[in-house]
Amino acid sequence: MQDSPTPAMIVAAVTAFLRDRVLPEVSGRTAFDLRVSINALELVGRQLVLAPAAEREEAARLTEWLGTEGDLAGMNADLAAAIADGRIDGADPVLIDHLRRTTLEKLAVDQPKYAAYRRAIEERD
Amino acid sequence: MSDAVRAALAALVPRLCPGAAGLSSARRLSGGASQESWLIDVAGPGGERRFVLRRAPAVVWDGSMGVGLSTEARLMALAGAAGVPSPRVVHVLSPDDGLGDGFVMDFVAGETIGQKILRDPALAAIRPALGPQCGRILAAIHGLDVADVPGLRLQGAADQVTELAAIVDRLTTPRPVFRLALRWLSDHLPPPPDNPCLVHGDFRNGNLIVGPDGIRAVLDWELAHLGDPMEDLGWIAVNSWRFGEIDCPIGGFGDRDSFHAAYEAAGGQRVDAATVRFFEVLGTLRWGVICAGNGDVLDLAATNAVERCVIGRRASETELDLLNLIAKAA
Repeated sequence: MQDSPTPAMIVAAVTAFLRDRVLPEVSGRTAFDLRVSINALELVGRQLVLAPAAEREEAARLTEWLGTEGDLAGMNADLAAAIADGRIDGADPVLIDHLRRTTLEKLAVDQPKYAAYRRAIEERD
Repeated sequence: MSDAVRAALAALVPRLCPGAAGLSSARRLSGGASQESWLIDVAGPGGERRFVLRRAPAVVWDGSMGVGLSTEARLMALAGAAGVPSPRVVHVLSPDDGLGDGFVMDFVAGETIGQKILRDPALAAIRPALGPQCGRILAAIHGLDVADVPGLRLQGAADQVTELAAIVDRLTTPRPVFRLALRWLSDHLPPPPDNPCLVHGDFRNGNLIVGPDGIRAVLDWELAHLGDPMEDLGWIAVNSWRFGEIDCPIGGFGDRDSFHAAYEAAGGQRVDAATVRFFEVLGTLRWGVICAGNGDVLDLAATNAVERCVIGRRASETELDLLNLIAKAA
């Protein structure tokens, strides 16, 4: 077992340092690149916090539904292949529900400010 | 800037602006992988003149990269003559110029950044007029006679779906939503168009120069091809070009009805809503595939490596948009 602080806490501390102390000191192209870098670190921070539970639920849905066990990448590859060759009906509500949940779980990490994501969450809740 | 480029630009000055004293300044605007844009200031007899150079330093065009810069220049000149807002093309580079493939056009002042076009108070009054203006411009583009323009390929809907499927095959992350979209596209292919025409290929908020008087220029013709005119109508409606203004489907500034009405009234072909929807799905998938590709092949030493990481993580935005579009069409 690794010691504390957790990776999420370390990333949060580094992100705050870059945003509050370094960003005001730079300008131009460096400031632009630093903002992109801060966004990227914030994304990593969200993934560290959110992905473990989301991926457990995604795997559970896939296992129940595809009847297969295995790692998430393998199950997703199977699902993608089944959709591509028509073994799964693209209009199946269970499929659509699963894909929608999985996509929203990804967006919670990737781009929680994306307008269509915010609307989807409002409509779901 | 290298001395060789500076010398070549200085030698170009008399062709851009007869009687000019010389080059005042030149700076690189943006860096695409294959194309560069330069802002060039020239001390002319009547005062400072400003131009934009678009060039590809190494001429390595194959068909998949676009039409090539000399064809782009031809199309912009044709479009300008037909009343499409278009920068005047001043000079097409020849091998003697020593600057590669490209052309020089007049500088057009205005805003090109999508978010700013949607939020700048100085553009508030003109914003409601931009959607219909886009409709009129596309009608003019689709009516251009391009029989004499070389390098324009016919790209049908089915070809584009096949091409995207091949790219999705090569992505390292399995993408069930992209597969679903490909299935939907294959099941909803529109018939080949009655009248294939010039398609701009990248007509969207972000490739327009906008001022308080409206659209001043249409840029980036490199993806121009022959095809279904509905393709351009679907592409400008892709959610990614609405920059958060998701209830204004046309570029974040316009509604479908007034855009389509203006397009038809200006001589555009009859708008087929189902075909437009098909190309909106196709366009959303195309942008999603581009995002995913950015994240897939990472050169960590590249100066834009972080930006590419972040763009890669925008593929999920298009997956939500695809699910919404497909659900709505069902």
